[in-house]
Amino acid sequence: MSPRVLLALAALALGGCASLGGDDPRDPWEGMNRGIYGFNDKLDQYVAQPVAKGYRKAVPGELRDRVRNFFGNIGDVFIGVNNFLQGKFEDGFNDWVRVAFNSTFGLLGIHDIATDMGYEKHDEDFGQTFGRWGAGPGPYLVLPALGPSTLRDGTGKVLDFYTDPINETQPFEARWGLVALRLVQTRADLLEASRILEEAALDKYVFTRDAYLQRRRNLIYDGRPPRERDPEDDADQKPR
Amino acid sequence: MTLTRSLASALAVLAFALPARAQEAAPDQLVKSVTLEVIDLITKDKEIKSGDRAKLIQVIDAKVLPHFNFTAMTALAMGQSWNKATPEQKKRLTEEFRTLLVRTYASALAAYSEQRFDFRPLRAKPTDTDVIVQVRVLQQGAQPVPIDYSMEKTASGWKVYDVMVGGVSLVANYRTEFNNMVRESGVDGLIKNLSAKNRQLEGAAK
Repeated sequence: MSPRVLLALAALALGGCASLGGDDPRDPWEGMNRGIYGFNDKLDQYVAQPVAKGYRKAVPGELRDRVRNFFGNIGDVFIGVNNFLQGKFEDGFNDWVRVAFNSTFGLLGIHDIATDMGYEKHDEDFGQTFGRWGAGPGPYLVLPALGPSTLRDGTGKVLDFYTDPINETQPFEARWGLVALRLVQTRADLLEASRILEEAALDKYVFTRDAYLQRRRNLIYDGRPPRERDPEDDADQKPR
Repeated sequence: MTLTRSLASALAVLAFALPARAQEAAPDQLVKSVTLEVIDLITKDKEIKSGDRAKLIQVIDAKVLPHFNFTAMTALAMGQSWNKATPEQKKRLTEEFRTLLVRTYASALAAYSEQRFDFRPLRAKPTDTDVIVQVRVLQQGAQPVPIDYSMEKTASGWKVYDVMVGGVSLVANYRTEFNNMVRESGVDGLIKNLSAKNRQLEGAAK
């Protein structure tokens, strides 16, 4: 998907259906979101999952590790940038040391030797940086083909897309080959998780949404979120 | 005189306390030993490896379940709706929710049994009765996935009352679903829904 198409879709999604609403204050566009969710689910069921399963069967685990590491190394560049933008200089430095070691001794990133050396991988993106800067998530938003997001994270995704080093790849065919391979690898890594979700959820849409919102909040605070001020939170009401 | 008496009573208390203490493993040790034992069982058992779900659930039932407080988990997942349920409904809810959670937990363990685990040392005072035990699943080329067990000290040892995977609290994640269903069709509607979900999964496993 080109950035322009992506933006047009985002604009459509944002502008089109502001009136459709559920009763969850975090998800005022629930009607529209559920529609896109249904579409994504079908796309996943008939295209992404079969391809990911085929890839799993055809490519041995060892090789899939190399592929994951290769893309993980490319991702580390802007994970570092985002850590710097959030003022976490030590983490950002860590990320760039990872890139330095993995790109050279790790043979263009296919071996994650930095982790064995004690430089752990992080998970950052522009959505998290905005969150760190104080932006709330805004309304929940399901993006066509891309899945769960929020107004803040969706905006971040546009920046992630523009700064993605894969987008600089020439020629054109190589670029889309890499984009496709990364998508397939990512979906293949999520096969177990999505099956567990399928089993665990009573209402998959709600379960996915709540998990996404919890997960993003946790990521923004790097695993140490402050306690939520939730009037419905009966956390202290455990029966003994 | 008073000194000997207090000494004697102190000794008596100690004598009673010691065997109980010895039985009671520290929460982080408990999580580690149970996880490793179950992973070991799963990876060595041929039937489980080839996808025998019933046997996997049996193992989880025997080894893992005793360390969970399902009543607390159900109450937390229900939030305010818990108080609307009668004792009989609470019992049914806990049973159905337990079945669902065990199945989910079994799937997760089977899926990640090949990964490496990093058991973090416990950061708590010895007097704490409510702690978080941290485990991390390590995987090639990805950020480690943290699994946090919220545990509470009870008369029968440490019990898990929530599991957070990658920052997602399993118990909290059910709250919206549960409350929506209670609002739409009452506590009985929720019980019916949970039970239907469990039957459906049971059917799919066969």
